[in-house]
Amino acid sequence: MADSYEPGAVPDGPLLEVEDLYVEFRTRDGVAKVLNGVSYHVDAGETLAVLGESGSGKSVTAQAIMGILDTPPAVVTGGEIRFHGENLLAVGEERRNEVRAEGVAIIFQDALSALNPVYTVGFQIEEQLRVRQGMSRRDARDRAVELLDLVRIPNAARRVRQYPHEFSGGMRQRAMIAMSLALDPEVLIADEPTTALDVTVQAQIMDLLKEIQVERRMGLILITHDLGVVAEVADRIAVMYAGRIVEHADAVSLYRTPGHPYTAALMDSLPRLDQKGSTLNTIKGLPPSLLNIPPGCPFHPRCPRAEDRCAVEVPPDHRLGLGRTSKCHFAEELVSRV
Amino acid sequence: MGRYVLRRLLQLIPVFVGTTFLIYFLVWAVPGDPFTGMCGERPCPPQFVAAMTDKYNLDDNVVVQYLKYMGTLLTGDFGQTYAEQPIGDMIANAAPVSVRLAVIAVIIEAVIGVTAGILTGLRGRGFLDNLVLVSTLFLIAIPTFVTGFVIQIVLGFQLEILTPTVSTEAKWSELIIPGFVLGSLSMAYVSRLTRASISENRRADFMRTALAKGQPKSRIVGVHLLRNSAIPVITFLGTDIGNLMGGAIVTEGIFGIHGIGKLIFDGINDKQGAIVTGVVVLLVLVFLLVNLIIDLMYAVLDPRIRYD
Repeated sequence: MADSYEPGAVPDGPLLEVEDLYVEFRTRDGVAKVLNGVSYHVDAGETLAVLGESGSGKSVTAQAIMGILDTPPAVVTGGEIRFHGENLLAVGEERRNEVRAEGVAIIFQDALSALNPVYTVGFQIEEQLRVRQGMSRRDARDRAVELLDLVRIPNAARRVRQYPHEFSGGMRQRAMIAMSLALDPEVLIADEPTTALDVTVQAQIMDLLKEIQVERRMGLILITHDLGVVAEVADRIAVMYAGRIVEHADAVSLYRTPGHPYTAALMDSLPRLDQKGSTLNTIKGLPPSLLNIPPGCPFHPRCPRAEDRCAVEVPPDHRLGLGRTSKCHFAEELVSRV
Repeated sequence: MGRYVLRRLLQLIPVFVGTTFLIYFLVWAVPGDPFTGMCGERPCPPQFVAAMTDKYNLDDNVVVQYLKYMGTLLTGDFGQTYAEQPIGDMIANAAPVSVRLAVIAVIIEAVIGVTAGILTGLRGRGFLDNLVLVSTLFLIAIPTFVTGFVIQIVLGFQLEILTPTVSTEAKWSELIIPGFVLGSLSMAYVSRLTRASISENRRADFMRTALAKGQPKSRIVGVHLLRNSAIPVITFLGTDIGNLMGGAIVTEGIFGIHGIGKLIFDGINDKQGAIVTGVVVLLVLVFLLVNLIIDLMYAVLDPRIRYD
């Protein structure tokens, strides 16, 4: 799978592909340019991690793929989202709805608010089976128990009748995963699935996701701001900043030699065991306001490497081989400095 | 759950004693002589006054009077008016009329108020939203007696679409317009409450989940949105049933309806403590029971609430 992201490596094209996606939020304060030409893709059996700070546009991209952006204020102003080559932005709402959950499913960060508080967990899994597949109540119940079993919720037959608030945080996220699997999606988007959980539970959920993904050969898009989570599971990593992908690389190369100063800064700001007692590195400044993105490279005001041209010239994608790209004027230099 | 209901029912006893005593005391404290005008133009002869005073325990201390009254009430006897009419019969005649009026008012509130609330809550800002906002503001700002008289004058006297007053039978059809007047204020509140609840829940995360699950729009609204939004609205409607039963004094007065409201009004005017207390006893019971039912319904509507 190491080279599956090479163009042309998969004969019938990628499973899910986002190309040059532009999204704006039209608010009273002005137009926020939330996505500015995002492109990424994911293939069957592969994990793409999308990494970035809050407000970098990683969740918005996911919502655009699902077609669940809050419109207004969000408007897709350009680009394509292709599933099996079919542009989802050009099809009708009915077709779009078919792709949801059956083609591409999503799980959210906060499973407690993402689940409806007044219906049982079972009901919320079963309704997909009943409405979408015309299953009988009883069959749907049996299938829901199987799904809860699959995500290793103990006592599934009893749990299926309980309400979300009766589940613990980790169990709720498991239930959410079970729900997303109900219609056998080909791609699963996990939008910060472990952020709201404590560390031991985080690891269990990640293991579960990974296992399910491998077993079903699903494409997995893992959205996170946690580099630690990414390292273990991702095949490829896309780093987002101010609504664009500033670096895209396979996980190994990215960790070895970050091809963008922002990626390097992110990795620098991780707490490290071997540097106990020293001050934690942080990235200076704040992420840019999307109402007013700096000209040139959007990262230049915070970049330790910045030169005069960075404030003027928007860096294009520099191709670094093996499908690696970086939007930095000095990308080649950064990568070669091993 | 059973224990909770039992505890709530036991709580009814002190509340019941407290409210009834308060009312009895207030009516007792109203200045005036209950026997004025009972004997035509002249003041009543002393023997008559003495007999009446004795019969109705008027010489006793107010607490003793109250206890004697409650004693007979507990045997199911509401007592008699000073004109020796049984109060139980008067209430039995008036209550069904008020119940009919309240039912009509609640239906109007629920149907019109909830529909307006859902439509505006779903669509958000726009012409309809402004229309509902302004008209509910009007209804809230204008006192019931104004709404009542205006509707009575326009529909009853000018257009002559309906008879301005309601007959003593008070048939369902006659009570529609008075019911609308009675329910109009709460209808405005219901529509605002529904709108707020809908537009708040519309943006909830679970709505996004339902959409991402590929559920049809109608189901997302009908199953996921409405159930969550109904909780505050149903609470309001429930408490309002109690309010409408006793709070119809003005409406009943305008349309000449012989209901509970009129009974209380006449009772206060004539300083007939027994009537007022008798009616209030009934209203307190209705109120307390309705509240209990609403609290129990909470648990049905919202599984996060459990009474154990």
